[in-house]
Amino acid sequence: MEWIKDPWPWYVSGPLIALVMFVLLFVGKQFGMSSNLRTACSIGGAGKASDFFKFDWKKERWNLIVVLGAIIGGFLSANYLSDNTVEINPEIATKLETYGITSTGDAYLPTEIFGTESLSDPKILAILLIGGFFVGFGARYAGGCTSGHAISGLSNLQLPSLIAVIGFFIGGLVMINFIYPLIF
Amino acid sequence: MKTLVYLVIGVFFGIVMYKSEAASWFRIYEMFEFGAFHMYGIIGSALAIGVIGVQIIKRKKLKALGGQEMQLKPKAMSVPRYLVGGILFGLGWALAGACPGPMYVLAGAGFGSILLVIFGALVGTFLYGVVRHKLPH
Repeated sequence: MEWIKDPWPWYVSGPLIALVMFVLLFVGKQFGMSSNLRTACSIGGAGKASDFFKFDWKKERWNLIVVLGAIIGGFLSANYLSDNTVEINPEIATKLETYGITSTGDAYLPTEIFGTESLSDPKILAILLIGGFFVGFGARYAGGCTSGHAISGLSNLQLPSLIAVIGFFIGGLVMINFIYPLIF
Repeated sequence: MKTLVYLVIGVFFGIVMYKSEAASWFRIYEMFEFGAFHMYGIIGSALAIGVIGVQIIKRKKLKALGGQEMQLKPKAMSVPRYLVGGILFGLGWALAGACPGPMYVLAGAGFGSILLVIFGALVGTFLYGVVRHKLPH
């Protein structure tokens, strides 16, 4: 039964993501995860600060339930369906060692960044908060994230989504190649 | 009943994200280093099936459950909005190693630190809502 804990190859995972998108289309919804952040702000009373958050968030309740499901899915996977290690290209792992990240192959997320003991390091706190900040700000500015643009939008051959995805990669490559050497 | 459908979709999505390792910081870093085909294979195969499926839906004029329209509206055209917004998103994606879907999955998987990333994302979303009239769209 150990096979049940093995990671899924790309040719299983990709089609299953497409399946999620199609099931949502067939129930009349659109696959997009970052809009939940806007809904959460709205529920928290952000409508007082900006009209952007004044909308009927109850219509977005379905997506919050998808989020709840995703949380449960994460729990089930980590506890019953995975050995919680990730093997990557050894050359990339070696490069990560020069950044002081040596948990490659032993963990699902680098313990140097996501371990609870790292939370006492102000630099790590900043990485987590600023990283999240850019994801939230950028996703709303671009009108979608990986699911809304790279999967839903590109599947619908939307040029705006292609521009957004090109932007995702410009940002990611700048971060990895120019900013990582400064911060790690 | 509908609630249960959305819950099942979410659980399934969460398992796919975790088991595919698309929710792993290591895989995102490796992707931006062009170190493996894995992430490109996931996105590429999802897209190949997605493009074909959406074309079938459009050509056969398929409707969603209850006869409602499929949510396939074209997006308004702009360059600065998608490019600048996209670049900011990419910076965050590579720094935190997680995009919005996997964030929730990782919270469920028990990674407490991801709550800081989610908090940051909420602050970012909020600030966008406050300053968006001053940004080119």
